[in-house]
Amino acid sequence: MNIFKLSIKNIFNKPLSSTISLALLILGIGIISLLLQLNSLIKDQMDNNLKGIDMVVGAKGSPLQLILSSVYHIDSPTGNISLGEAEKISKNRMVGSSIKLLYGDNYKGYRIVGTEKKFIELYKAKIKEGKEWDSSYEVIVGYKVHKKLNINIGDELVSLHGLRETGESHDGEPFKVVGLLEPSNSVIDQLIITSPESVWDIHDTHDHNEDHDEDHDHDHDEDDKEITAMLIKFKSPMNIIQFPRQINENTNLQAAVPSYEISRLFKLFGFGIETLSYLAYIIIIVSGFSLFINLFNSMNERKYEMALIRTLGASRFQLSRMIIFESLILTTLGFILGLLFSRFGVMFVSSLMEESLNYNLNSFKILIEEYWLLGLSVSIGLICSLIPAIRVYQMNISKILADE
Amino acid sequence: MIKTKGLKFNYDNQVFFEFPDINLISGENLLIIGSSGIGKTTLLHLLAGLLKSESGSIELFGNEISLLSSHQLDRFRKNNIGIVFQRPHFVNSLTVKENLQLAQYIAKKKDNNRIESILKNLNISDKANKKTNQLSQGEKQRASIALAIVNSPKLILADEPTSSLDDNNCTNVINLLQKQATEFGAQLVVITHDSRVKKYFKKSVEL
Repeated sequence: MNIFKLSIKNIFNKPLSSTISLALLILGIGIISLLLQLNSLIKDQMDNNLKGIDMVVGAKGSPLQLILSSVYHIDSPTGNISLGEAEKISKNRMVGSSIKLLYGDNYKGYRIVGTEKKFIELYKAKIKEGKEWDSSYEVIVGYKVHKKLNINIGDELVSLHGLRETGESHDGEPFKVVGLLEPSNSVIDQLIITSPESVWDIHDTHDHNEDHDEDHDHDHDEDDKEITAMLIKFKSPMNIIQFPRQINENTNLQAAVPSYEISRLFKLFGFGIETLSYLAYIIIIVSGFSLFINLFNSMNERKYEMALIRTLGASRFQLSRMIIFESLILTTLGFILGLLFSRFGVMFVSSLMEESLNYNLNSFKILIEEYWLLGLSVSIGLICSLIPAIRVYQMNISKILADE
Repeated sequence: MIKTKGLKFNYDNQVFFEFPDINLISGENLLIIGSSGIGKTTLLHLLAGLLKSESGSIELFGNEISLLSSHQLDRFRKNNIGIVFQRPHFVNSLTVKENLQLAQYIAKKKDNNRIESILKNLNISDKANKKTNQLSQGEKQRASIALAIVNSPKLILADEPTSSLDDNNCTNVINLLQKQATEFGAQLVVITHDSRVKKYFKKSVEL
């Protein structure tokens, strides 16, 4: 037996009285920790997918939409641009490398992207099984897609027009799976990729079927071909200031800088996160008050037994320590359970996001800010127990015992 | 040896007490008898070092306790004094055995054999792992005696131990206290208004 054990026994002797303050603390800590985790995980995920992309060129429209559609693959594209104009830009001396992107179809909600083989290297993805495409209509399937839909090499995928599952189906030639990718923890996991020619070809035949009466020229003429967007890496980071502005002012294309757009997006998010965390801090303060009232009441209830402990020879300090321990054990427990709560929250949000956005956010690392939350919890424990501990320290045992 | 001389105490300069001198050689027990409101509990608290006297001296086993600091008194108390209260008090979150272990921890002793032998002696071994609020009144009284003697005090102070008991139980409790005191080599001082107790003590002081 010792003072620490005594404190634990005291807490669990009357668990109900501490439940409310503990629940409030768990809620407050849990919400803040959840916000911190989600913020950091989304940011990590966003940053991870930004690597190697300095600028995106696409059709005029919202720059954020352009970034969301062609870097994160979660929004509709702004439109198409002509291949010729795009290639002019890619030949500019400031451009280090460029990757074409073409959209048009999906398979069971997963986007089929016509692109170059460099796209695989951009995300450092590796082919797990099979090979890269050699000809039109051959596709490589991202990890999450083939895992979820149980796609194997040699399977044939009949795509739907558009980016939604409700699109119109192509009766023409299906895509043939020639390669499967390993997980890369980036957007490529949730894509089906193929050569640009596949996308051009499927829409050519598609157009033929629909418009066979019209006299329409379908040459594979460079000027006539369109792409959706182009990802660009500069030779020097300095170009990021000047070049996008040149494009936006002098051409009918749009250039957007992902890192800039994403930080703008986070500023918008940030406001909501801040409001919510103020609310959580208020909950924590209320939990502190509740804890204080709790300790104060239990101190009055237990005055005889505390007088008894003193008559057994315990010092004032030992008795005060008992109260402080009780408070600290509760707040530390609140912190641990709060963190647990936030991890379940992350898992929940992650499962929601995975369904709607094909995003995955699982991580159980402890953030630096969460150590601050531990500090906060311990401080609350100390502050709330201070007055009760002082009262116990100054307790007049003789008077309490004479009052019985 | 227990000796007091010229003890005086007042509460807020409103209630004044003057106590007769006490003189006990080792091995002697004492009954202090007096009616309500005459300062019995005050005297017990003075002897236990829970209160400081206004004037006079209290010498317990060669220590002048009126000169000790509050911290020294805590230490003196855990090594030398066991108190049996009128109404038994325990730490309610603990079992009987854990209460005794806590008392030992405070006195920096650890001896489970002693706890077992005391509980056996008081005939409550089977209640060792019960919470104290599950005990009957009689068992509570015996458990509180166990708590008073677990650290082998030299002095056992009992405050009205018989006031709420019938004649039979009154005899039992006094016998129990005297037996425990003799067995563990402690001196017993009982403070009461209960005149039934008188016949069990050779030496008594009237307030």
